[in-house]
Amino acid sequence: MSILYDERVDGVLPTVDKAALLDELRTRLPDLDVLHTQEDLTPYECDGLSAYRTAPMLVVLPERIEQVETLLKICHQRGVPVVARGAGTGLSGGALPLEKGILLVMARFNKILEIDPAGRFARVQPGVRNLAISQAAAPFDLYYAPDPSSQIACSIGGNVAENAGGVHCLKYGLTVHNLLKVEILTACGERMTLGSDALDSPGFDLLALFTGSEGMLGIVTEVTVKLLPKPQVAKVLLASFDSVEKAGRAVGDIIAAGIIPGGLEMMDNLAIRAAEDFIHAGYPVEAEAILLCELDGVEADVADDCERVREVLAKAGATEVRLARDEAERVKFWAGRKNAFPAVGRISPDYYCMDGTIPRRELPGVLKGIAALSEEYGLRVANVFHAGDGNMHPLILFDANQPGELERAEAVGGKILELCVKVGGSITGEHGVGREKINQMCSQFNSDEITLFHAVKAAFDPAGLLNPGKNIPTLHRCAEFGAMHVHHGQLPFPDLERF
Amino acid sequence: MLSRPDVDASAALLEQVNHALNSGTPLRIQGGNSKAFLGRKVAGEVLDTRSHRGIVSYDPTELVITARAGTPLSELQTALADAGQMLTCEPPRFAREGSDGATVGGMLAAGLAGPRRPWAGGVRDLVLGTRLITGTGKHLRFGGEVMKNVAGYDLSRLLAGSFGCLGVVTEVSLKVLPVPRQRLSLRLDMDLATALRKLAEWGQQPVPLSAACHDGQALHLRLEGGEGSVAAAQARLGGEPLAEDYWDALNEQQLAFFADPRPLWRLSLPNNTGVLDLPGEQLVDWGGAQRWLKSDADAATIRQAVTAVGGHASCFTAGVCDSPFAPLAEPLLRYHRQLKAQLDPQGIFNPGRLYAEI
Repeated sequence: MSILYDERVDGVLPTVDKAALLDELRTRLPDLDVLHTQEDLTPYECDGLSAYRTAPMLVVLPERIEQVETLLKICHQRGVPVVARGAGTGLSGGALPLEKGILLVMARFNKILEIDPAGRFARVQPGVRNLAISQAAAPFDLYYAPDPSSQIACSIGGNVAENAGGVHCLKYGLTVHNLLKVEILTACGERMTLGSDALDSPGFDLLALFTGSEGMLGIVTEVTVKLLPKPQVAKVLLASFDSVEKAGRAVGDIIAAGIIPGGLEMMDNLAIRAAEDFIHAGYPVEAEAILLCELDGVEADVADDCERVREVLAKAGATEVRLARDEAERVKFWAGRKNAFPAVGRISPDYYCMDGTIPRRELPGVLKGIAALSEEYGLRVANVFHAGDGNMHPLILFDANQPGELERAEAVGGKILELCVKVGGSITGEHGVGREKINQMCSQFNSDEITLFHAVKAAFDPAGLLNPGKNIPTLHRCAEFGAMHVHHGQLPFPDLERF
Repeated sequence: MLSRPDVDASAALLEQVNHALNSGTPLRIQGGNSKAFLGRKVAGEVLDTRSHRGIVSYDPTELVITARAGTPLSELQTALADAGQMLTCEPPRFAREGSDGATVGGMLAAGLAGPRRPWAGGVRDLVLGTRLITGTGKHLRFGGEVMKNVAGYDLSRLLAGSFGCLGVVTEVSLKVLPVPRQRLSLRLDMDLATALRKLAEWGQQPVPLSAACHDGQALHLRLEGGEGSVAAAQARLGGEPLAEDYWDALNEQQLAFFADPRPLWRLSLPNNTGVLDLPGEQLVDWGGAQRWLKSDADAATIRQAVTAVGGHASCFTAGVCDSPFAPLAEPLLRYHRQLKAQLDPQGIFNPGRLYAEI
């Protein structure tokens, strides 16, 4: 089932008089950059989920908030759908354009407005790149903690919209934990401040509600983030295991020992081999699984924790434990992990990255389930895992030029996510629902829960003009999606044991 | 108090909500009633969550605990302490003679956090999932027991601090963390202005602070971390040792400061706010970001001074002003009303507790 917008199940979109809209934009916003020819629109057809493409009706590239405000007022009046886009690095198609809508590109809002070291915050425009905030704070020995792997390119506005994560979430939290205040424009073009410069604000916690709302409730126009002092030192241990189960248990043992690592990552054999071939990080290619455990903080504590973790890992049956000798080796160990996706891209023409989360104790069973699906569909799956917080990134290897392989990859992906839900997890830990997982939302939530999500949307955007078709499926779509499953005549994974 | 057996009374709670919906009766949702002084008075039939109680699941290695709303907070904290873990946000229990004090549901609804808040986050930062009885009489589940979950809107965090105005929370899943290996408290003689300047300086360095309170005479600090970092910080900061129970007395509002008969105000401020000149006595917590004020000054005077520096003030003494929480400006108030109307269309959940309009 294609994920492109389908008016039959996603709702009929208003029909827009493009010429009249263009006229009004030119009259009321003469200095707004508007793209409308086919060749200009093509680069904006997709975000980081590049398998799916739709050319938007128009692309606008505003440079002043007043332009966005007027634009939203015009769109509200005319009933024009608006899809916001930051850097376009999202992996779930959250910024996938609509044929009948405007793509609002916020990337030109790229100014850092204020760094306040004593107040430990940075106030920035939404198009500022994630890494640029930490770079600007570095002279004060401060940094912005969430570090999604796309951090050199992704924008903070997009991070807010997706509640972006990264490899340090267990200790430092997600985007939602690191925000103080967000300025937004509502669907009808009203300015509103969510959160405050203090640690809380009166009324409902709308800052929490808007974080991760995927551009459905408002457009982010300014972000104030918390800055943290940089940890004095960071050390990395690399542990090898002859079974994935043992590695999984070792993660629980580290936490049971009262230690919260800055980062705790797992890779399986296929991912290890791919990364080693590409980066030569010094990974043990014979290992069934490796754990990378980063400990950061004050030097004396880190040294103690390294010893403790080393003992725990040895007891948990690690075949080898190596402490990165120096900063160069630490960076190398991480380079292998951080380049796992492109590394897998070298061993397969295409790959499809999933983002389910599970309670950690369910890992062995879920990995068995993934292996069974891999065999059933004849597609290899490499597993990369934010082990500390239960966020899995199975990479499904396929060749889009082979007829039917993309469809098979999608089917495996969908089933992996259903498996995550079944063991008490979620279909997305940090990439968002977007368009990609719109059908799987029907597995995670029942129709009453989805109805309540629509009620929340209606409180902020009753006309449904902000990013229609993303994040929350219509009940109609769920009915159709459910029917598809009945058609197969059996529940998913009838032969799997309950873990 | 004797511990009572764990009971799933969600069906009875749901029935009471459905009855209220059918008869158009407003409900006053109540757990331990330990925070009755906070917020506006609600006229309505009491819905007591304490019948729905017990820890539903707790696996220390997953760092998650799930409990029914009516579970006493003290029971949850005991279970965590037994496993060497804690709720990092230190919610107050407000247990008075003859009562268990706060429940888990009340903790979520009020969203109050203790001295560790600036360094470890508040209640909303720990919430992973909730079960909720809605204004359409459904018992639904949002979020879950996993650390990272961005499917759908984050309703669970929205419910933290919503004072029961959006529905009846029946179950909460919370992230928990290990108790630090080392803990040490210090008392340093210095005036408030110096203390605030020092705190701004230490905040930019990896000093293992987990509480900082100035009572007018001295700065009280708590250090938490590994043995090495705590010892190094102690050597650097100096000062006298301070008894650990100081922090509990502060959090439970049992320091002598709180006995002052004047109304109590909570000022929430940007963390680098300097000395704030207001009539009355002040106790500065959260490293400067939360200040308690005992004052007879009127609400407008206090709010004006606090708003001018980017903060907000709430009144923690009942019956002092009609809007104990800082009033909301338009269009924020309108969106609050719209959200309330969508989630509680008949307006039966704690009407007026937070604001007259919702």
